[in-house]
Amino acid sequence: MKILKQLLRNPLSLFGIILLLFFGLVAILAPWLAPPPNPYEPYRIAQFGYSPTPKPPTGPNPFAEMWAIITGKSDFSDTHPFGTTEGQYDVYYGIVWGTRTAFLAGICITAITAIIGVAWGTLAAYFGRWVDTIFMRITDIFQAFPFLIAAITIAAVLQPKIGRSIMTAAIALIVFGWMGYSRLIRGDILSVKERDFVQAARAAGAGHLRIVLRHILPNAIFPTLVVASMDIGSYVISFAALSFLGLGAEVGYADWGQMLSFARNWIPRLNQYWWIILYPGLALILFVLAWNLVGDALRDILDPRLRGRISV
Amino acid sequence: MTAYIIRRFLLLPITLFGVTLFVFGVYSFLDPAMKAALYVRDIPKTADALERIIHKYGLDDPFHVQYWRWLNQVFRGNLGWSKTAQRPVLDALLYYFPATIELVLWAAIPVLFIGIWLGILSAVHHNKPIDHTSRVFALVGWSFPSYVYGLLLLMVFYAMLRWLPPGRVSDWVVREVNTGTFREITRIYTIDAIINGRPDVLADVFKHMILPVITLSYIQWALLLRVTRSSMLETLRTEYVMTARSKGLSERVVIYKHAARNAMIPVATMGGMLLIGLMNGAVITETVFNYRGMGWWAANAATQLDIISVLGFTLFNAVILSVGILFIDILYAVIDPRIRLE
Repeated sequence: MKILKQLLRNPLSLFGIILLLFFGLVAILAPWLAPPPNPYEPYRIAQFGYSPTPKPPTGPNPFAEMWAIITGKSDFSDTHPFGTTEGQYDVYYGIVWGTRTAFLAGICITAITAIIGVAWGTLAAYFGRWVDTIFMRITDIFQAFPFLIAAITIAAVLQPKIGRSIMTAAIALIVFGWMGYSRLIRGDILSVKERDFVQAARAAGAGHLRIVLRHILPNAIFPTLVVASMDIGSYVISFAALSFLGLGAEVGYADWGQMLSFARNWIPRLNQYWWIILYPGLALILFVLAWNLVGDALRDILDPRLRGRISV
Repeated sequence: MTAYIIRRFLLLPITLFGVTLFVFGVYSFLDPAMKAALYVRDIPKTADALERIIHKYGLDDPFHVQYWRWLNQVFRGNLGWSKTAQRPVLDALLYYFPATIELVLWAAIPVLFIGIWLGILSAVHHNKPIDHTSRVFALVGWSFPSYVYGLLLLMVFYAMLRWLPPGRVSDWVVREVNTGTFREITRIYTIDAIINGRPDVLADVFKHMILPVITLSYIQWALLLRVTRSSMLETLRTEYVMTARSKGLSERVVIYKHAARNAMIPVATMGGMLLIGLMNGAVITETVFNYRGMGWWAANAATQLDIISVLGFTLFNAVILSVGILFIDILYAVIDPRIRLE
């Protein structure tokens, strides 16, 4: 509660929270904001014809048209508040449902990556000695690969196996994302594990699992959590980047990176077809900015020690 | 010192062994039939053709046998045949590498200068307007995906104003290269243009380089700015800076001679991270700007499922970065003796 109060007092983080609440609302209300033409496949962007040229937004005021769609006075077949991309995918529909993809990507990928990293680092630090050496050597090897380049490799190899989907991109990012968390938690556990209360628990006959979960982790995990919360934004960017390169979500999937990849075919005439880049780009920027503002403020409040430290 | 360097050099082969093991591990994730499809252009349309190919090349052998065979070839410089580049993978890598290095080196200049300079400035003027402005710049820097940023730049400076085109060089330069009137020596066009004595080509190269360099460097200098700033803030609070001030030295001398030099030590550790960041960013930047470098080729190969090329590219990057980071670390140990004790 105290943390929340402090977050609300800082104008930057307040702005971030308002943005996140707005995106959260859009994600929850997606079925009403943009009713899917096929209720069984809501993540397929509504498509109207197959014309290869993007069509401009209809009418002068996008908000009036959005309102018409929300109130059910009109649907995408005759109004496109944000225009359409090549292949006539509705930009407005894609942005609304893309909010869900973005939340899913950011939160799930960060959470899974952090859990793997924490488990790995905890094992290394707790058992120490040769376990530590081997585990950290393996971490080194993973870190020898540039993150995005390695993720591209994994995505490329997974594609013939499980097809092009958001799962490919997610797995690729998780496999090459956990090392930072391992290093961080390892350092903190090394400083906690020799403390008196851990010795006491050991003397009382507690097992390894109990010591780690009840006594060590709660005292060591804080900095890792803060860093993870700051990483959500960059995971959203990386996830969309893979889609943008053509390795993540399939064509027509409601994902902002995938929508932006359409713009690559229209570079000489982007000023004419500005809506295919401006709207998805703006959504992505604001979403990431919101997470970064909140994460930045959270770090300053929770752990001033980490101030100025960066994580990539 | 020597002990530290030897230890670091001994670790390198272990890391490189792990890297090759991993790259091959990713590859063996594919079924034998998929592997066969990667290598063979036209599989004969007889019933047992696929099995014969798999058997002939030992694609169903145990992991260690295949790995050993592959490693032998890698040591001979054979990384396979790239379908997208229509040449051996190693040749393709060496062909595209100069373009990427040119981009990365040009991008490193604004990263180092703007990042460090603004970092020092915002620490000196702590909580003044310039500090707040640079904070906003940094925050925007790592909230702006570089591909959105690059596309917006292209929209304004290419589609609208027609000033700065995408690509690496204009068509007329490509034509001169093909006809031989412009000799490629290093394939780093900035240098080639100077060697050939062609200011017009140099101008053309710069015109194509400006937007990619801005796109690639922005997030990196934003990061460096924050690190420099916090390191500088800490240094400015130390006692020797106070001593320097109380001696009556000018503020300039105190900041640039006494404080900044020591504040740069933690910043130097960022070297490896910056290098990795720039190589990562190059993939996206080259793709957005259609800049024919290593990253552009690899991203292209990945979408066309030319996995052999992508694996070669990854291996190449991991090896040069491991070696590069080793040298940065050793350099750092030379600058700061304390690091050797860790």
